[in-house]
Formats: sequence, structure tokens, C-alpha cells
Amino acid sequence: MDNEYIIEVKDLKKSYDKVEAVKGVNFSVSKGELFGLIGPDGAGKTSIFRILTTLLYPSSGEATIFGYNVVADYKKIRNNIGYMPQRFSLYQDLSVIENLEFFAQVFGTTVEQNYDLIKDIYSQIEPFKNRLAGKLSGGMKQKLALSCALIHSPDVLILDEPTTGVDAVSRKEFWEMLIRLKQKGITILVSTPYMDEANLCDRVGLIQDGKIMTINTPHHITAQFGRKLWEVKSDNIYRLITDLKQIDFVDTVYPFGEFLHITSKTNEIDDNKLKALLQPNHTSIKLNQINANIEDCFMELMNK
Amino acid sequence: MKKILYILQKEFIQVFRNKTMLPMIFGVPIIQLVVLVHAATLEMKSIDLYIVDKDLSSLSTKLVNKFEGSPFYTISGRSFSIDQANKEIENNKADVILHIPNGFEHNLIRNNSSEIQLLIDGINGTAANLINAYSISVISDFNKNIIVDLTQMPKMAEMEPISIQTSFWYNPELNYKTYMLPGILVILVTIISLFMTAMNIVREKEMGTIEQINVTPIRKYEFIIGKLVPFMIIALFELAFGLTIGKIFFHIPIVGSVGLLFGFTLVYLLVVLSLGLFISTLASTQQQVMFISFFFMLVFILMSGIFTPTESMPLWAQRVNIINPFYYYMRVIRMILLKGSEFWDISREFFSLLIYGTIMLSLATWRYRKVA
Repeated sequence: MDNEYIIEVKDLKKSYDKVEAVKGVNFSVSKGELFGLIGPDGAGKTSIFRILTTLLYPSSGEATIFGYNVVADYKKIRNNIGYMPQRFSLYQDLSVIENLEFFAQVFGTTVEQNYDLIKDIYSQIEPFKNRLAGKLSGGMKQKLALSCALIHSPDVLILDEPTTGVDAVSRKEFWEMLIRLKQKGITILVSTPYMDEANLCDRVGLIQDGKIMTINTPHHITAQFGRKLWEVKSDNIYRLITDLKQIDFVDTVYPFGEFLHITSKTNEIDDNKLKALLQPNHTSIKLNQINANIEDCFMELMNK
Repeated sequence: MKKILYILQKEFIQVFRNKTMLPMIFGVPIIQLVVLVHAATLEMKSIDLYIVDKDLSSLSTKLVNKFEGSPFYTISGRSFSIDQANKEIENNKADVILHIPNGFEHNLIRNNSSEIQLLIDGINGTAANLINAYSISVISDFNKNIIVDLTQMPKMAEMEPISIQTSFWYNPELNYKTYMLPGILVILVTIISLFMTAMNIVREKEMGTIEQINVTPIRKYEFIIGKLVPFMIIALFELAFGLTIGKIFFHIPIVGSVGLLFGFTLVYLLVVLSLGLFISTLASTQQQVMFISFFFMLVFILMSGIFTPTESMPLWAQRVNIINPFYYYMRVIRMILLKGSEFWDISREFFSLLIYGTIMLSLATWRYRKVA
């Protein structure tokens, strides 16, 4: 049972009226795996998650969790998954502890029974346990939502963009918590629009416009980039974009933070030649060859 | 089963934590009952009467005195010009003109008949009708005495006019409050249960909490019971509270069995709460709930017979009333409170509502399943 798939999605499609949000998606998640679905807003991530959590019927195709069909056996699935929707969906007018107790009760368990599982996360918000959930900060809301999703000790955790709108420190903490949960044997399916979080997953699927472009480990995906990549920087970064695009051997130009990532049509760039071309308009030009990251791969795949 | 209790517990915490909820539950009935019952009265206390007496005979003076003597009329002015009188009505200084033409007494004695004219300000139809009815009763009373006076000649002395004794059952003094208060209780109980159920469920949709509930093993029926029961309890409490206010402050009669009234209310609430649930499946925001409920409420209240008797409505309106829950409850609450009706007297309404409620609940549940 080493390679047992917990979640299997086969040729899944979902249409809303005339818009096709999910256009035939296939992927599977093994037991104990941390699987990330990476893609921009509107790529279809939430639709897939809502189908998996039995909240939405697929238009066609099939999805199973623990071998149970999400349409036919939804009752069996609901007992055993923890879902954290993209929007904070707990009762804002109930306190932290009231929310937690309510969700424990409706799953037929108690907070004490599964306290060990949520201790790491819950202990951080426990000092505020009598505060109304609506009055918590963004990061604390995430922790409460995760605690509530975990309170019945599910085997699968489905998290829809859990770190969207959360500060950088809380994001980092949140991912550390996910990795600890994974170590406890929980299978985790997570979606995110942040490419940097992809490296923390065991495997990722890059999704764009309702289709999965590739599925692999983060390492393999970046290894598949298959071209040389450079980062460029100068004093006038905006001017640099337009100027680089006019150079004939430059292929793609994408801004990444303070750098621009560029590829070459010949897969080679002559350092001096490029600098000479840019010299009239730019000062302190820096050019380094670098390894591709997930986002570079995403951009590359998107343009294929 | 235990889960329902947890949901109920959660609902009650939320209801009582809501800052607008407690004033709603306690304040609204007091204000509605005290203010509306006093304000929405159909009794005309001071009708401004303008006199145009062109006859100035002893009989015409007697008729005017008759009006003056009535507690309902105040004489706002007199003149001999009907144009002057019309101006008074136009300026809202008079509600009705009593026009006694020249030769009134003469004609009455000679021809045994005479004519007078009443000109009533018809801007408010209800008020005009009431003024008309009051005035006619004063005049016919006067008329009766005239006949007695005129027939007091010896040979006709044995001819007695027929006198009619009217008595109103169940509300002998036609006390408006006795009639109005149960009607307002109906509206109160309905608003609380209909609005709050629909609003509460849609709020879960708006806040997204329904997503989180839907992924739990809570069954639909558990969720629905958990949502309907709190508002059923609050509505029953509202009824008890309203009845107490009515009894203490307005001395409304409670002739029938209170138990029967609450039993019937329970069936009525089944309909109203299901209607609330149904509305919540149609709407996705609380604003939409407000508009949809308001539409239903207004039509149903106006057709329910709270102000006007349903029997006088056109046939199509009476047919429409078959689906108007207010209509049944309005009838029954008055029947039980004022008349002391027993179960068999209201069984038709009881079973109609029971069937109606069952259909409505199934429909709402079915739609809820489909949507959520």
C-alpha cells in the first residue's frame, strides 16, 4: 500500500452557464503527501476544491477521496476531511472557543479529545479564546480556521489559498505548521497563487485557465526548464523592460522583484554586447546567469 | 439528535449576542401594540360639522340640536351659503356639511317627506364611510321621533313605529381595540418568525459559514430543524408576551382556550417558518430577503382581513386568500380570543394550514437541497 492514492481526480470538468472553469483536470495525491495546486486567480483551483469537498457537482469526470466518489458517497467523505475555504468562514459572532467547540461537537467529538493535534496551532490563539472570531487579526483567523478544520482529526486536509492576504511572517509560520501536520501522516491538498510556496510542497500541479500544465516535484519542474536564464538589473527598471524587448536576441522578459528575468533566442547572451546595447540609457547594469524557479517555469509553460 | 441540540445552542448564543435582537424581541411588541392599537383606531371622535340651515324652523333646529348633542360631532361653523360651506371643506376646516333646504319643515308636514343634503369630504374613503354611517344613524333616529310626533293624533295613536334593537355579539361595544389587538399580534408573530428565519439563513450564506457547515456531517434536516426551532420558540414567546400586554393594558377578552391558540399558532408557524426558509433559498443577500419578504407581507396583510372584512372582497381575492397564511390566523385568533371557539370550530383552518405547512416545508427543503 505504499503508493496508495488518497485523492484521485480523473478528467474533471466544471462549467458555470457558458464559462468552462475546469477543463479536464487529472491528478492524484498519495497518502501523507503535501500536494500544491499553484496558479493565478481564476485558474479553477477553488472549483476543483469545492468539488472535492462535496460542495459542488462536477459537470463531468470523476473525483474520489479514499476511493469514495465525491458525488455518490459524499457523506462518508465529509466525516473524514478538513476543509478551509478561501474566505474566513467561521462564525464571527462566536468566540474562538465557541467556534472550536461547535465544530468539534457537530463532528461528534470534543476539543479535549483531539487537543494534541491542534495544540501547536491553537496554543498561539488560546490567550484570546474568549475573543469574538470577527475581532481576530488575519493571521489569528487563519490559525483558528485551521484548528477548526483539524478538530475532528481528519485524514485529509484541503486548504484553499490559506495564505492569501496574510503577512509574510504568518505565511511562513503557517507553512511550518502544514509541514508538521504532514509529518503526522495527514494528506494535505493546498492551493496558492504564491509561486514561492511551491517549493515547500512534495509535488505541485501548475494550473492555468482550467487546465493543469504540469505535475511534478518542485525540483523536477525547475529542472525541466531546459534553457538558460539570466537576471538583469539597472537603475531604471521600467525603461529596462522596454529596452530589452527591443533587442533582437532577447526572447522573454519578466519582472521578478528588483530583477528582470530574461531568456535568449540563441540560449546564449554575450555579457558585453548586452551591456553595450543598454549603455546609453542605463547605469550600474548587473547581469547574472541563474537557475529557473517555479514562477519562471510557470511563465514558460503559459506561453507554450 | 444531539447535533440538533448543539446547533440550537449555537443559534441561541448568536441570537442573544446580536445587539439588535433583544430590543426587537421586547421593544417591537410593546411599541406595535401600544402605539398601533391606540393610533390605528377606526372610531371618529370629533367630526367637524358645518351647518347650512336655510329653513330655520323648529324642526330643523331640532335636527341640528340632535347633531350638537352627539358626542361625535363638533359644530365648526354655520352660514346660509353653500359656497361658503364648500370652502370650509376645501380648507380642511369641516368634514361634513349638513344642508337643510328652505321649506324642510313645511314639506315634511305637508307631504310626509322632505329632503336634506349631506356633503362629506371623501378624501379618506374610510373616514367618509364612517361619517356617512354616523350621520345617517343620527338622522334616522331623528326621523323616528318625527313619526312619533306627527302620529300623535288620537285616531292613529295605536300605530307604533317598529323599533330595532341592535346588539353586537362577542364585542358588544364594538370596541376597536378588542378587534385590532389580535390582528396586530398576528403581524407581530409573523414578522418575527418570517424575517428572522430568512435573514438568519441568508446571513450564513453571506458570511460563507454555510460552506463550513456543509462540509460537516450535519444532515440537511438537522440544519433546518436547528434553524427553525429557535425562531418558533421566540415567536411563541412573542405571542405570550403580546397577549399579556393586551390583557393587562387593554383588557382584551380571552374567552377561548389559550392552549388551543398556542397549538394553532404552532401549525401557523410551520407555514411561516417554511416560507422564511423558502425565501432564503431564493435570496443570496439579506437585502434581497427584505424585499421579497416585504412584498409578501404587504400583500398578505392587506388581504388578511385585519382592516377590512375578507367577505367583502371580490371572489378572486377570496380565492387568493387560500394561500394567505395571515388570513387563516387572523380569523382563528379572533375566533378563539373573542368568541371562545373550540377545536371543531377552527378545524377547517387548522387542517388547511397543516396541509399548507407540510407542502411549504417540503418545497423549501427540496429547494434548499437543490441550491446548497
